[in-house]
Amino acid sequence: MPAPIRLRELIRTIRTARTQAEEREMIQKECAAIRSSFREEDNTYRCRNVAKLLYMHMLGYPAHFGQLECLKLIASQKFTDKRIGYLGAMLLLDERQDVHLLMTNCIKNDLNHSTQYVQGLALCTLGCMGSSEMCRDLAGEVEKLLKTSNSYLRKKAALCAVHVIRKVPELMEMFLPATKNLLSEKNHGVLHTSVVLLTEMCERSPDMLAHFRKLVPQLVRILKNLIMSGYSPEHDVSGISDPFLQVRILRLLRILGKGDDDSSEAMNDILAQVATNTETSKNVGNAILYETVLTIMDIKSESGLRVLAINILGRFLLNNDKNIRYVALTSLLKTVQTDHNAVQRHRSTIVDCLKDLDVSIKRRAMELSFALVNGNNIRGMMKELLYFLDSCDPEFKADCASGVFLAAEKYAPSKRWHIDTIMRVLTTAGSYVRDDSVPNLIQLITNSVEMHAYTVQRLYKALLDDISQQPLVQVASWCIGEYGDLLISGQCEEEEPIQVTEDEVLDVLEGLLVSNLSSPVTRGYSLTAIMKLSTRFSSVNRIKKVVSIYGSSIDVELQQRAVEYNALFKKYDHMRPALLERMPIMEKTASNGPTEIVQTNGEAEPSVVEPKHPPPVGQPASQVKNTVFGLVSRCLSLMAFYLFDLSKTVNFLSIGIPPMTAYNKNGLKIDFTFERANPNPNVAVITIHASNSTEADMTDFVFQAAVPKTFQLQLLSPSSNVVPALNQGTVTQVIRVLNQQKQQLRMRIKLTYIHKGSAVQDLAEVNNFPPQSWQ
Amino acid sequence: VQQSHCVASASAANQEPDFSRPSTRSMQFMLLFSRQGKLRLQKWYVPLSDKEKKKITRELVQTVLARKPKMCSFLEWRDLKIVYKRYASLYFCCAIEDQDNELITLEIIHRYVELLDKYFGSVCELDIIFNFEKAYFILDEFLLGGEAQETSKKNVLKAIEQADLLQEVRWQTDSFFHLVFQLILRSN
Repeated sequence: MPAPIRLRELIRTIRTARTQAEEREMIQKECAAIRSSFREEDNTYRCRNVAKLLYMHMLGYPAHFGQLECLKLIASQKFTDKRIGYLGAMLLLDERQDVHLLMTNCIKNDLNHSTQYVQGLALCTLGCMGSSEMCRDLAGEVEKLLKTSNSYLRKKAALCAVHVIRKVPELMEMFLPATKNLLSEKNHGVLHTSVVLLTEMCERSPDMLAHFRKLVPQLVRILKNLIMSGYSPEHDVSGISDPFLQVRILRLLRILGKGDDDSSEAMNDILAQVATNTETSKNVGNAILYETVLTIMDIKSESGLRVLAINILGRFLLNNDKNIRYVALTSLLKTVQTDHNAVQRHRSTIVDCLKDLDVSIKRRAMELSFALVNGNNIRGMMKELLYFLDSCDPEFKADCASGVFLAAEKYAPSKRWHIDTIMRVLTTAGSYVRDDSVPNLIQLITNSVEMHAYTVQRLYKALLDDISQQPLVQVASWCIGEYGDLLISGQCEEEEPIQVTEDEVLDVLEGLLVSNLSSPVTRGYSLTAIMKLSTRFSSVNRIKKVVSIYGSSIDVELQQRAVEYNALFKKYDHMRPALLERMPIMEKTASNGPTEIVQTNGEAEPSVVEPKHPPPVGQPASQVKNTVFGLVSRCLSLMAFYLFDLSKTVNFLSIGIPPMTAYNKNGLKIDFTFERANPNPNVAVITIHASNSTEADMTDFVFQAAVPKTFQLQLLSPSSNVVPALNQGTVTQVIRVLNQQKQQLRMRIKLTYIHKGSAVQDLAEVNNFPPQSWQ
Repeated sequence: VQQSHCVASASAANQEPDFSRPSTRSMQFMLLFSRQGKLRLQKWYVPLSDKEKKKITRELVQTVLARKPKMCSFLEWRDLKIVYKRYASLYFCCAIEDQDNELITLEIIHRYVELLDKYFGSVCELDIIFNFEKAYFILDEFLLGGEAQETSKKNVLKAIEQADLLQEVRWQTDSFFHLVFQLILRSN
């Protein structure tokens, strides 16, 4: 049997293959040879064969038949064999397969080997891929090595211990004694890995955290030495001494200083020193500054230090290196809530980043810009943001448009400005506007009574230009239906009134009905608008004709509306003016769009109306009682659905999604109720209701929520922060969750409050969301 | 790059650390691949099936290769932060956790490249292709479980050198040779 081909030879050969098929053939041939060699239990060439197998595995070919061979190599006495064997184990085995457990004994022996490089291999493998069982079996060996004086092994043992703790957190305690003198080491490798180990322990256990706080002075000293010491060739990176260690220490200090006054104070000086003395010309210096800023922002630092940190971020924003700018924007986004004023000072630089070429930077700059909008800067900021909206990539437009609407709603300096801004968004990014904006905008327009004439005129003009953007068309149709009389009479004060006739208006609306560009929803809007004009225009006959034509439309929704409007003309003509009256001012019950409409119109006498109206498509059954009055009010509310054109967008009643209890402990109960205030199935609006059954109030009540990264969450202001005792009242707060990927909704909540003089904090997972809330 | 992660909070940030969310792993994996998308090295620090690894590799390679030169070295991908940098014809790509420092990760990548460079003498992609096992050995002397175990370039290279030496020497059953060799190693 000739010797198997060498590794490099094989690589060379495979690379000569000109096609995938040729390569596959070569691989298969070699694999066959390797397999038979394995079968023959050939010790001499096992190492070479496994190495070749690993190469082929990297190319994407199956190599599972080599798994046991790796184990045999590990058990061999030859160092070469062990090296390849352990590498193969790390590449081919995984902890989900039982095979890997066979390694345990070998690793145990090798951890006690007389050659440190063999011990190193074992530690590395265990620390990289050791399963929980393996870790349990071998933790004792690792702990022993953590106490050795051999720094080569000690540093590896420390990281191995980190892995063990991650896999089997209960074993953390046993490593505690070995940590005693870790920081007195001179060896940087040991120091670095020790800091990583300490960090891991502190992050996992409040007791450990409290225990290790006493190390703060020592850590400060080590950091100081690194900064002040002269040039050390062994650890120097562009003039900075061991940046990796510096960053790690800064991170540990962050964890130790968080929430603790004394520790924070002890590290104040060194943080200021690092912040001011670190060289910023290269990435490595900025990496340290970045970590420093994160630490300053997280601990209880004095305000001067915090301002220093924000200013560093501000300088980062001006850096030529886009990576630095990216990092700055991310950090500023995290601190904008707590240090709002400091971040405001850098507003113009942030706004400039909207023009950056990098998509990630643009997105962050946009988010940050919206966070910085307030009553003082709204005009200037909106100009920039609208300009951004015009020119940005489509992936941003929806979020940007929503952001603009939200900001405009909160800070609009005048109603005219507000309407103009909305118009600008609808006309430039109309097709990207979220569906739930339409009812919001309609409500806004309705409530801006003095702007009705101006609004309808502008919308009408926009329709003449372009009927392709559905949200714009829907809002415009609705307005024309409501305020068409103002349009005709030329009452606009804000700008030059246009001359337009009834027929021209009806032409436009009918044009929407027949256009291919109009969605079914839009057609519904325009038909209803035409109907409303029957009480505002004089061309009633024309309108009657249109309505009767659509009585036989193949679109069921349109047909139903037309039939009912026809009925209005024929049998209920006396009710028509009242039903089609101008919409009243709407009160908002939630702060984000109408979920309940206060109806003040429709004073028709209760007379029997045929209850043959099925609920509109997609609507649930109402809870109205089956009385005569019930029937009429049901009919009227159905009519109002159509007339208000929110039949698919607003639920008058909390529908279908059952409420749930998210938390119930120690007398504090938190219920979740759900609404769908929009046709966007990806947004869930959850209202939390917190009640307290104990005999003492819960004060300083704070509710926090976190969701997995694939969701976006918005938490609005709570109704109050006192949950009164004995269920005398509830605290409510609205959460909006955007679930674009329709994944199962999960939430982690954190509650803090003061009860009978002591602070209470609790964390909980909420996993029992009803499927309707996220499907 | 569309997801933004957020933890909503109605109060200030100065609070106790969140023990319910300890970091799982700093660096989850490192991939080296060519401009044509051929994998040259894959180091995984989290347990995943072969199938999952292949899927992640394929998607991530595609995403990174689609990036334009003017873009920054960081991107958000699934739940992770990806830090990547191109050196000649090779892309070095690391996946790190949310709380990790992207800038220092760039330095980690750079340090690894320097080590390869010193070891191979002006390293190029071909060196990594033909000596992939050595590239792994060097990585395993520099990082362990995704964290740096040694911050001195000199020490990493020394360890590799001596381990290579061990490979050359054939094990003697004669304990005298064995002892002498140990002494030589320890004195270095």
